[in-house]
Amino acid sequence: MSKSAATRARPLSPHLQIYKPIPTMMMSIVHRITGVALYFGIVLVIAWLLAAATSESWFNTVSAIYGSWIGRLVLFGLTWSLVHHLLGGIRHFVMDTGRALDKQGSTRLATMMPFISIALTILLWVIGYMARGA
Amino acid sequence: MADFRTPLSRVRGLGAARSGTSHFWYQRVTAVANVPLTLFFVGLVIALSDASFAEARATLANPFVALTLILAMLSVCYHMKLGMQMVIEDYVHDELTKLVLLMLNIFFTFILGAISIFALLKIAFGG
Repeated sequence: MSKSAATRARPLSPHLQIYKPIPTMMMSIVHRITGVALYFGIVLVIAWLLAAATSESWFNTVSAIYGSWIGRLVLFGLTWSLVHHLLGGIRHFVMDTGRALDKQGSTRLATMMPFISIALTILLWVIGYMARGA
Repeated sequence: MADFRTPLSRVRGLGAARSGTSHFWYQRVTAVANVPLTLFFVGLVIALSDASFAEARATLANPFVALTLILAMLSVCYHMKLGMQMVIEDYVHDELTKLVLLMLNIFFTFILGAISIFALLKIAFGG
């Protein structure tokens, strides 16, 4: 049976694109995106482990790629994804206990997220460069 | 509201997906485990960022480091499996595509877990 015009024209429930972006919604989306990024990004970490298990030349090749400016840029992005996803997870633990579920509390917690994650990521890389310098 | 569940299904409490809250529970269990395990891993990577092959191998072969990283990879890969499963179930509506992707997700995460544990054991046992 073919669909009638009325069936095809049925109104859809409102979805993402018609809502005004708000902090809790944005952090929910970013949490998922960083999770997916880490899902594929971990391949880089495992490639490094596998290279270390294989031979010195493989290890040096992988180290050279990761040490290049583009390698460092990707690793920086991966670090931020991990830090942000980790903080997002802790935020979920807080909400799992029933805390920060009200409008003000949840918005305040979500708004803090990008600032803390970017600051912590930069801090980790500063520590990394200081450790290399020492 | 009337409860249409049979007494048996009410006792089992597994719901329509027949798995109850286990997905949520293991998501949280692995998430809790991942906090210290990934922080350890990040610290290790920073410490080894300019290490030579021999130095990196010696550190990774340390029993405490090797065991912690094996636990990290187990927990992380299972967490990845659960997370991607949720993403697929949310966005893929074609039944066959969904089943194929759900399977690929399991293969991908288990293969990554196996590779990393193999690499860590190989280094630890000096192969």
